[in-house]
Amino acid sequence: MSALPGWRELPRGAVILEPGSSVRYKTASWRVLKPVIDQDKCVRCRICWTYCPEPAIVELDQPYTSRSGKAYKVMYAIDYDYCKGCGICAEECPVKAIAMVEEVR
Amino acid sequence: MSAFTIASIPREELLAPGHRMCQGCGAAIVMRHLLKALGKDIIIAHATGCVEVTTSLYPETAWRVPWIHVAFENAAAVASGIEAAVKALKRKGLMNPEKKVKVVAIGGDGGTVDIGLQALSGMLERGHNVLYVLYDNEAYMNTGIQRSGATPLYAWTTTTPAGKVWRGEWRRKKDIVGIVRAHGIPYVATVNFAYISDFYVKLRKASEIEGPTFIHAYAPCVPGWRYEPHLTVKIAKLAVQTGIWVNYEIDRGSFRVTTPVPKRLPVEEYLKTQGRFAHLMKEEVELIQKLVDEDVDYINKLAGSVVVGPVERK
Ligand SMILES: Cc1ncc(C[n+]2csc(CCOP(=O)(O)OP(=O)(O)O)c2C)c(N)n1
Ligand code: SF4
Ligand code: SF4
Ligand code: SF4
Ligand SMILES: [Mg+2]
Repeated sequence: MSALPGWRELPRGAVILEPGSSVRYKTASWRVLKPVIDQDKCVRCRICWTYCPEPAIVELDQPYTSRSGKAYKVMYAIDYDYCKGCGICAEECPVKAIAMVEEVR
Repeated sequence: MSAFTIASIPREELLAPGHRMCQGCGAAIVMRHLLKALGKDIIIAHATGCVEVTTSLYPETAWRVPWIHVAFENAAAVASGIEAAVKALKRKGLMNPEKKVKVVAIGGDGGTVDIGLQALSGMLERGHNVLYVLYDNEAYMNTGIQRSGATPLYAWTTTTPAGKVWRGEWRRKKDIVGIVRAHGIPYVATVNFAYISDFYVKLRKASEIEGPTFIHAYAPCVPGWRYEPHLTVKIAKLAVQTGIWVNYEIDRGSFRVTTPVPKRLPVEEYLKTQGRFAHLMKEEVELIQKLVDEDVDYINKLAGSVVVGPVERK
């Protein structure tokens, strides 16, 4: 880690000039259980994405055709750098497409 | 205008991940959607508390909008000053007078119903064009779960322990919306993210109205309420279904319940999800039920019809 900046190097008032810079801090290590989305079961309802507190679920413009032949324009993917493993997504998924599995590191 | 649905929620994230709010934090869900609802053209004055400390660990921030950390008691005062400054800059030609900027104050329940109350009252009285958002997790969580004026009856906190003599909090939750409404401001509303469309519609309305507006947002807290983190949204929904939390608005004097509940669940269904109520005895649960029934009667009187129905036992 680089040395901490002295007060002369800090911007006036110690303001933070880079919006959203907390992305540099990964919260993955908080996780005990890990959510895994079954893309074939998922009906793209957006509920898990809506209720993730981090946010650690991303909505991708990625077409996908499920095993049963249903074509979707979007996909939901877990960002494992930030997911803290709270399990809200799995609890709220109306079709139980998210499993919470043990995290193995 | 078509109705707002879950599909209408903007994709862009204005709250960045990497913040240190707990696993399953309800306040984090409030902040994420508050930002999506209001968009980028805002300036936030944020009272200290859980959300403030966990989103701004120097030298990093989770905010993607202009955001000012203020003291515990003065979010409304700082927001008033920013609003006055924006006006002055526009008047002096130093800022595009056409540019729409909404000033938003955010405070926890401690920062709003207790220590920040006079700053809030002053802001409402002076009529600043500011939206004030109270995220209510019903105690001083950041400093270790001390009770606040918003802690509900019989809830355990570290300063209202539950044993033989003390039974948790012995005072009733302060009616902050009533206090705010009494200032005669144009818009006051309660929101609960389990009803996400209602949440967006109200935040946007409160932001668009000129003058002081107030939103009281329900925000479950995992360690403070003592429940497993995956239950945050379940508990939020139960709060509305049992009538302990009612979604309503007072829009320029006219009162409306926005989430009608034809049949209520017994309040016990809500209380038993949380460890902070685990010590309750039958009579205590019955008293809470009686008080909820009274509150619901009052709400129905204001609404002019039965919008929150009677309790139906399973
Ligand atoms: C004048 C003053 N007194 C006490 C504190 C310590 N303090 C910081 S946050 C906080 C509690 C915040 O409670 P609340 O507003 O409910 O927000 P929460 O942490 O629950 O989200 C306290 C007591 C302070 N910062 N300033
Ligand atoms: S487990 Fe929690 S943090 Fe992880 S993706 Fe699901 S809702 Fe988000
Ligand atoms: S909640 Fe379930 S069905 Fe809905 S988008 Fe998420 S994984 Fe898919
Ligand atoms: S203590 Fe409660 S309000 Fe604070 S970050 Fe944790 S869950 Fe959120
Ligand atoms: Mg609080």
